[in-house]
Amino acid sequence: MTAEAISEGRTGGDFWDGVRLSMPVVVASAPFAILFGAIAVDNGFSVLEAFLMSAMIYGGASQMVGIELFGQHVAPWLIVLSIFAVNFRHVLYSAGIGRRIAHWPLLQQAAGYFILTDPQFAIAEARAESGRPVGFVWYLGLGLPVYVFWVIESGLGAVFGKMIPDTHALGIDFLLPIYFLGLVLGFRKRPLWAPVVAASAVASIIAYRTVGSPWHVSIGALAGVLLAVILPPHHSGVGKRP
Amino acid sequence: MSTTFWIILAGAVATYLTRVGGHLVISRFETIHPRVEAGLNAVPAAVLTTLVAPELLHAGPAEWAALIVTVLVSLRGGLMSMFLAGAAVLVLARQFVG
Repeated sequence: MTAEAISEGRTGGDFWDGVRLSMPVVVASAPFAILFGAIAVDNGFSVLEAFLMSAMIYGGASQMVGIELFGQHVAPWLIVLSIFAVNFRHVLYSAGIGRRIAHWPLLQQAAGYFILTDPQFAIAEARAESGRPVGFVWYLGLGLPVYVFWVIESGLGAVFGKMIPDTHALGIDFLLPIYFLGLVLGFRKRPLWAPVVAASAVASIIAYRTVGSPWHVSIGALAGVLLAVILPPHHSGVGKRP
Repeated sequence: MSTTFWIILAGAVATYLTRVGGHLVISRFETIHPRVEAGLNAVPAAVLTTLVAPELLHAGPAEWAALIVTVLVSLRGGLMSMFLAGAAVLVLARQFVG
């Protein structure tokens, strides 16, 4: 009870701690939200539908793929399957983050999984690793701004899409790889980091060339995870964890 | 309701399933084997790497410059400075090499 009372007094601070960490994510994802809205309308979505897709699916890459296939008049079930395939990596995220948030009330967990994006997972994992608790209020402070901006900017992109300038010169197509590289580097102190990164990089590139996108993500990720499973536990440092 | 709406709804359900699925499977087990835990600890690096690595196949001088600067800044700075430095180098380099 005392621990709860202490965390109660900290909740305001926790929320804003999360909000601060969300800012790079908001900046990095803004061009994609706007771009998504513009492309969605270009491919036959209404502004409301573009807005709804961002609000309900909330997964940038999968929305782009879905919209692209929709524009090519691909069968609906195939569009849904493609969205599922692009988002399949989240299965690994939810398996990983479940250990950190299992103590939350069920409804909070349900909401937490809904906003479990790439950066949400990476930043929450980094917090858990540093020994601080992953509380719901902190997690919401991190995730809510990203969600709200994502949905609003999708709508803005849908309405004003025609006014987007030269996206290549602005580097928009390469912002996310830079951001994701930053996230990968943030985990470099973890045991097995280098071999896992090497295995995932090689496997994903080979899969990208052979099987094709989006399966290279799941295949590459599984290669790295399997390597960590196969290597003897004393390498992975699991026994030493508190 | 339009077909588009149903596509969005089904896509949302499919996406949510991926976001709870791993947890629902793992939580069936009373204890987590050390090797499974090692695998879960590898998830961030493993998944995020796959979102970057294939981009190297089409990366030109501007993209390489941006990634190298990102790595260099990561030795000292936090995520925000890493990202901003990489993005700045990218935009700047693209003005010259396209």
